[in-house]
Amino acid sequence: MTGIVATISSGKGGVGKSTTTANLGIALASLGKKVVCIDSDIGLRNLDVVLGLENRIVYDLVDVIEGRCRLQQAMIRDKRQPELSLIPAAQTRDKSAVSPADMIRICDQLKEEMDWILIDSPAGIERGFRNALAPADLILVVTNPEVSAVRDADRVIGLVESEQKGPAKLIINRLNSALVKRGDMLNAEDVQDLLAIELIGIVPEDELVLISTNRGQPVVLDQKSDAGLAFMNIARRLNGEEVPFMRLDGKKDLFSSITNLLRFGGK
Amino acid sequence: MFSFLERVSSNKKSSKDLAKERLKLVLIHDRIDMPREKLEDLKNELLSVISRYVDIETSMVKIDIARDERQQRLIADIPLKTATSNKIRK
Repeated sequence: MTGIVATISSGKGGVGKSTTTANLGIALASLGKKVVCIDSDIGLRNLDVVLGLENRIVYDLVDVIEGRCRLQQAMIRDKRQPELSLIPAAQTRDKSAVSPADMIRICDQLKEEMDWILIDSPAGIERGFRNALAPADLILVVTNPEVSAVRDADRVIGLVESEQKGPAKLIINRLNSALVKRGDMLNAEDVQDLLAIELIGIVPEDELVLISTNRGQPVVLDQKSDAGLAFMNIARRLNGEEVPFMRLDGKKDLFSSITNLLRFGGK
Repeated sequence: MFSFLERVSSNKKSSKDLAKERLKLVLIHDRIDMPREKLEDLKNELLSVISRYVDIETSMVKIDIARDERQQRLIADIPLKTATSNKIRK
């Protein structure tokens, strides 16, 4: 088996990288794929709480790199989705504890048994970002329809290109259709026009994201959530399916309603 | 006066149109790593070099950076005065 390493990046912090990583991880696992999520934000561990796995951490990424445990021992299996596991970041270390070569070595090992390796990149464009970029086969850039997030995304897209890792794919997160309608928020077309890379997902702003994250249950598990459906659609597109983009005017088209119903096999 | 006009016209524009316009410019300058003032210098120097060889219709010069997907190109449209019109003026 040769898995695909997808790095989720953004430049700017707080645009929803960890939320995206967690939800894509669960969504891909629910589609029957073997997935591991790696939190590469050393010193600012967060993917564990977003996934609700914070109480089960024994070993972390730096423990693997420094040989204190085997790779398997640092992989926390998600009980909701047995095909999903998490390698948490070390909390009391800094980015210099990991090198790009370490990340490549670990991912090469994981690729043998996994379909997807999702790396949650830290914000910024320094060492931590370089570590997350090094093993990537595919880069997903998350942005919000907002000036600073779009500018930072453009910078990241440029760096990805200059490292010959492009073209990156774009996820627009937190699109507020009411603000778009009023002309007070960039719409998906505007953002794509500015950044000029392929769009792989539009995630509407949805308060259920916050609520589900409070509970440690990523929103993709909530069948009532539009954001959850959007993440599921991205996962399907990553798997090579052609999935039309959701209508974001509040009305669901027939296709979305059906996929929403079938999302977890009626569970 | 200019800033007044700018304000009046910007009031009619939606905030997202302004955001997009501003971002377009910012991204161009970020991508080529050249601030706007430097581009002005480049334009002036370019024109002075060219005008050493031929006469330029200065008022009709257009030099700008255009975006084509993720590629930027410097596009210069520099109308030249014809030799006859020079002679007539003389």
